[in-house]
Amino acid sequence: MKGAVTRFAARDDGPMARVIGFMAHLRANGFRLGVAETDLALAALAATQPDEATLRSALKVVCCGSAEDWARFDAVFDSFWRNGGRVRTKAVPAPNPQHSRNTLSAAGQETAGSGGRPHTPDTGAGAESESGGKGRLVASTLQNLAKRDLREIVSADDIRAAERVALQIGAALRDRRSRRAKAARRGPKLDLRRTIRASLASGGEPLRLARKRRPDRPVRIVALVDGSGSMTLYARPFLAFLAGLMRADPAADAYLFHTRLVRVTEALRDEDPLRALNRITLLADGFGGGSRIGAALMQFATTHARRSVNGRSVVMILSDGYDSAPSDDLARAMARLARRGCRIIWLNPMKGWRDYAPIAAGMAAALPFLDLFAPAAKLEDLAALETELHHL
Amino acid sequence: MTQWTKLQADLAAQDYVAAPDLAMALHLSLALGRPLLLEGAAGVGKTEVARALAAVKDCELIRLQCYEGLDAAQAIYEWNYQRQLLAIRAHAEAGETGPTVEARLFSEEYLLERPLLRAIRQPAPPVLLIDEIDRADEEFEAYLLEVLSDFQITIPEMGTLAAVSRPMVILTSNGTRDLSDALRRRCLYPHVDYPDPATELAILQARRPGLPDKLAAQIVGFVQSLRKEELEKKPGIAEMLDFAAALGGLGIADLTDDPAVLHAALATLLKTQADRANVTTEVAQRLAGRAA
Repeated sequence: MKGAVTRFAARDDGPMARVIGFMAHLRANGFRLGVAETDLALAALAATQPDEATLRSALKVVCCGSAEDWARFDAVFDSFWRNGGRVRTKAVPAPNPQHSRNTLSAAGQETAGSGGRPHTPDTGAGAESESGGKGRLVASTLQNLAKRDLREIVSADDIRAAERVALQIGAALRDRRSRRAKAARRGPKLDLRRTIRASLASGGEPLRLARKRRPDRPVRIVALVDGSGSMTLYARPFLAFLAGLMRADPAADAYLFHTRLVRVTEALRDEDPLRALNRITLLADGFGGGSRIGAALMQFATTHARRSVNGRSVVMILSDGYDSAPSDDLARAMARLARRGCRIIWLNPMKGWRDYAPIAAGMAAALPFLDLFAPAAKLEDLAALETELHHL
Repeated sequence: MTQWTKLQADLAAQDYVAAPDLAMALHLSLALGRPLLLEGAAGVGKTEVARALAAVKDCELIRLQCYEGLDAAQAIYEWNYQRQLLAIRAHAEAGETGPTVEARLFSEEYLLERPLLRAIRQPAPPVLLIDEIDRADEEFEAYLLEVLSDFQITIPEMGTLAAVSRPMVILTSNGTRDLSDALRRRCLYPHVDYPDPATELAILQARRPGLPDKLAAQIVGFVQSLRKEELEKKPGIAEMLDFAAALGGLGIADLTDDPAVLHAALATLLKTQADRANVTTEVAQRLAGRAA
């Protein structure tokens, strides 16, 4: 789009076409701009003096929508207007997934882009030596290519039991008082507006007292289950729990992550629990493979969470925290997720072990963002969480 | 002098030193009639912008402080129930009934204007400051969008009240929660950072004119390097001004003179126990030495 506008000076259609070209350039670099912004940009230029510094800050104010945009704008601006464009635009990373409206196209990017990069296990020397010889877990990035049939792991009885647990947990989390009052038949506060209105009929005597109360708002549960190799042991209770949760709570959402992040909500809602597992077997290609928690959570925080996670959500992460990528990724993703205003619960099967300390760098990085960090290795552990969830 | 540099100069006359990007944003917001969404850390002077702008334009500043659970009754309008009750009684004694009473009860006379309604009913366009919008919940954000795009408010009992004048709207956010894309798209967006040393020195000299130049430069250097430390809460501009006032009040001429006094004056800059513990007398002395 750049070439079409700037290469042929004689055929240049003037400043308007150039600005339109620049807007297209911004869009290609991941800025979220519509036709209205182009219009606004032209109006802004009409309202200012035409010199470079002015042009830059006017367009910056119009086109940016967030702190990230603000930080990136100058580089993108230079690449378009200052002719160094061709070389520099290539250095600008591919469209940022967080800006994509299309979650499907954004979904593949994290893994696709990192094909050739070597991964350093985050369980560094310290973590591994401390865990000694017993039960050492090392994260791997290898995708497990052999398809695994999840029906071998989980039985129908498991799911029925898990459904009961999920119902309990859902009930424990459900009550969250809204701060807004709504009209109600019985309530602690008087609804003056309706009372006065009703008193008109009785000559100003407030005979019928209308009341209002703060209603309970449903909490939306979003569960993310780690399906990496190190978690295979716990796949049975956790998958059953996911399936149970989906069947017990129509508003809940479920995701599975290993080297990729997959939304399994719809599949798990299948009427036949075993057919549901069959369907996610097809979706969750690579189950039992490596783990990229940071990348998966970042992808979740920047795509799905933007639409569905808000202050009334509880994000439940079931993972051991062993990540094959550097822990900074995870910390960034958690910070990003926490900014949605949700409560975050991390259930770690290994926390139940004696002498367990969150030494996995990933786990340590995530800790400051957690509202609850609890052990959960079996269905009974999940059921026991009920009382703690009440306090959240 | 172009329009936006003139605005920058006008703001400077009100003791507000605006960075070029911010001045440009304010100018465009006025020229295009768009709301301005200011985002940045606490204490970079977001709220102060509105105050300075109102002073420049010589108009009223109407402020709406957001909080969780903010609803229409506090943000837009509410009926004056006590007066309504009394009026019903009075009219009943006068023998008036039915529709006439009702029409009178739900008239502007009994309407309590809250900030949003007040802002659009002013004869001269005011500055409307919607502070800390990220604290309000999402329902309110959605409602605000409606008001900001149409500048009219519908009251079921009275009908629709259109804007008499369009206020200049400034929203601020500390970024504790992601705002909706819809709101961001309606607004012009300047990101406000902590000022660079030159700007901060200009702010200090504008606000505390009596301060010796050497001490002012030291204070700015000290606060700037303090912001680079690992702190829970970085000191903002207001804190820096308090710090300067404290040192001025204590009669200090040089920051490195008296470690004990410097440490005591840190109370104006560091507001959490952990930060106080982190910045010991020695650390403070080292930073002050570097700033000198």
